[in-house]
Amino acid sequence: MDLDDTPEQAAYRAQVRSWLEEHKSEAPILQGPGAIEDEDEIVAARRAWQGKLAEAGLAGVTWPKEYGGQGLGPIEQVVCNQEIGRAKVPGILDAIGVGMLGPTIIAHGSEEQKSRYLGPMLHGDEVWCQLFSEPAAGSDLAAVQTRARQQDDGSWRLTGQKVWTTNAQFASYGLLLARTDADVPKHKGLTMFVVPIDAEGVTVRGLRQISGEAEFNEVFFDDVALDESAVVGGVGNGWGTGLTTLMFERVTIGLGSEGMGYNSTRFAGAIAADEHARRDPEVRHRLGEIASELLAVRFTGYRTLTALQKGQIPGPEAGLAKVTIVSGAIKAGDLIADVIGPDALSEDSEWAYMISFLPGLKSAGGTEEILRNTVGERVLGLPPEPRLDKGIPFSELRSKEGAAA
Amino acid sequence: MNLALSDEQVFLREAARGALSRFKTLEAAREALDTQKAGTGGDENALPDLWPTAREAGWPGLLIDEAHGGAGLDAFDAMLVLGECGRVLAGIPLLGHLPATAILGDGAGGPGQSEFLADLATGERRAAYLPAQPPSELDEHWSTDPASGLGRGSLPSAAAAGDDGRVPVTGRFAFVPDAPGADTLVGAALLDGKPVGVAILADAPGVSIEPVSRYDATRSLGHVTLENAPAVVLDAPEESLAAAWYLAQALIAAESLGSVETALDVSVAYAKERFTFGRAIGSYQAVKHSLTEVLRQLENGRSLLYYAGWARAGAPAEFALAASAARSVGGRALDTAARTMISVHGGIGATWEHDAPLYFRRAQLSRRLLGGTAQATDRVAGELIAQADAA
Repeated sequence: MDLDDTPEQAAYRAQVRSWLEEHKSEAPILQGPGAIEDEDEIVAARRAWQGKLAEAGLAGVTWPKEYGGQGLGPIEQVVCNQEIGRAKVPGILDAIGVGMLGPTIIAHGSEEQKSRYLGPMLHGDEVWCQLFSEPAAGSDLAAVQTRARQQDDGSWRLTGQKVWTTNAQFASYGLLLARTDADVPKHKGLTMFVVPIDAEGVTVRGLRQISGEAEFNEVFFDDVALDESAVVGGVGNGWGTGLTTLMFERVTIGLGSEGMGYNSTRFAGAIAADEHARRDPEVRHRLGEIASELLAVRFTGYRTLTALQKGQIPGPEAGLAKVTIVSGAIKAGDLIADVIGPDALSEDSEWAYMISFLPGLKSAGGTEEILRNTVGERVLGLPPEPRLDKGIPFSELRSKEGAAA
Repeated sequence: MNLALSDEQVFLREAARGALSRFKTLEAAREALDTQKAGTGGDENALPDLWPTAREAGWPGLLIDEAHGGAGLDAFDAMLVLGECGRVLAGIPLLGHLPATAILGDGAGGPGQSEFLADLATGERRAAYLPAQPPSELDEHWSTDPASGLGRGSLPSAAAAGDDGRVPVTGRFAFVPDAPGADTLVGAALLDGKPVGVAILADAPGVSIEPVSRYDATRSLGHVTLENAPAVVLDAPEESLAAAWYLAQALIAAESLGSVETALDVSVAYAKERFTFGRAIGSYQAVKHSLTEVLRQLENGRSLLYYAGWARAGAPAEFALAASAARSVGGRALDTAARTMISVHGGIGATWEHDAPLYFRRAQLSRRLLGGTAQATDRVAGELIAQADAA
């Protein structure tokens, strides 16, 4: 049992570190003195930086070489992330594309799609967004209603709405899950598409959150024309294609949780800064409980890495780490606000931002309730709840739901 | 990066599970509780003597190096064995013995210490650790568990050595795990205001060990009183005395998490077979989510055992934090698991015939021993605050 690099990993780390040492002055500054303020400039600078990282082999580390990646394993990806964090430079802008959508295209896309999209995605020339969730399809993702209808010439017409779409405001493409057949059970009538965000009929609207900032978007599709070649993974296979994306999402979360900034060191620092709080038994007890669980998640991450190194794929139990991180951070925000008082809630406070962000994060990437259902059923082997939608054509389901309500 | 169990560790765990499965430990636990209830003062004979099994498996010498007749294994290996003991509520006096051997092993250069170790490694003789909590960033004093209340006791003091080279030690330790029947007591005492390691023969003059039993008949405890008891001063550095406390924290955490495993397994099995309103109760979210909460706490605890196991040798400066965090999470996990076990089973789970109350009793007592989980939780905060100051 050790946390050390193997000689090969150490050599790789040294190589990454030396490149970053040499080039970190070229990275955009996003915080502190000299930080870029204009949103468009930030995006442009981060795209350019992603291009440099990709050129150096520090993006798409696990992608196959033939698509511009390094063909390395998840451990090297983590080493790379750790070194980028250590150098205090931003990572890639399009983590969703490179981490989740690119691998989905690699797994299910046509050769034309791979050669057209993967290169510009990896280099940040074209940013991607994930168009899965809808106002009425979140936990029950297979209930998506965005409708794609095939025309006589084989092309498609797309109408509907997506939501919680990160990066859509500057994305070139989205990977979109649409219903193509409403007369079969809901998991069967789905198809995955590549959608150009600049296509006629696509509208992106920022969705402001509790903090007042708009980190997500709503995306509307009004009779958008799509070419026949926009289908990824075959008509009617959208659910299976989407599961691949969600599997990569789990890997991304499993490997990246340390980077979210919700860790015991940061929270303890806030308590240590107050001379009364640091001696107060109740504050110390609350901090101790929160910190113990967050420390556990760090080592759960190392266990996940060990499994990945052995070629195992993280299972749904990775969802429990997300529950721990989010609930731990919520309690930490509450504790820190109790200690600091109203100033913790001032507009420019890092804690106000965190406190505002977390209630939404509780639902992001799978609500806590859905994660617990999945873990209960797939890890503990408990029976599923009875479902009313099994084997029923989607079109009939909607009217059934209407009647039940 | 490798946090997987080695083949040897898997074998150690499987062998422990196999060896313990030969005893009806749960039935014995209930029976021992019965005799305790009957006012006969707890019948030790109701519990199987598992020490011969432990000796056969080499567990007494787990942490003693091979040169002194032990297996020379790590804290994590010891945690694996304690986890197996916890699964079946086996009362094996390793929680007292192993931290004592760790102190003796760290200062094995002292005269007579080698012979001590050889007998302790085979289990021919048994040691009990006298628990003492190291100073924190708020309190520079060592302290001991009180017999009652929140006030911490002071570390016993040692006077100048007599003609035989022994120092007379005077003081008191309450609720010392596995003290009854131990041959040697090992811990810390203050000599000229500084903590030193001491070893005291249990049958020496001035040593009194009063067996005490509380709520969980599988747990052997004793109040230890020393009245000018002759002690050998050990060649153990202060860090080693502190590490023994944290080792005990990690071991009781591992033992607790083993109990959580069983509580969860039994509860999940019942939730699959018990039907209400035409459905298995495990299909209801309320039941399913409470069971996944037990799993969540169990997985967090397991991860912290890895942290503690790695830190003891790999990052000694973090061992206090890692072991305290494991104890904090492990204690809470066991309480959650035991209560969930009872509620998933409904009324039957709260009856004498069921195993759930045995795990519940284990949970309630364990969380109050060795400083208690609350002290461990406070120590996590203290260690992190000290880290923040140093940064």
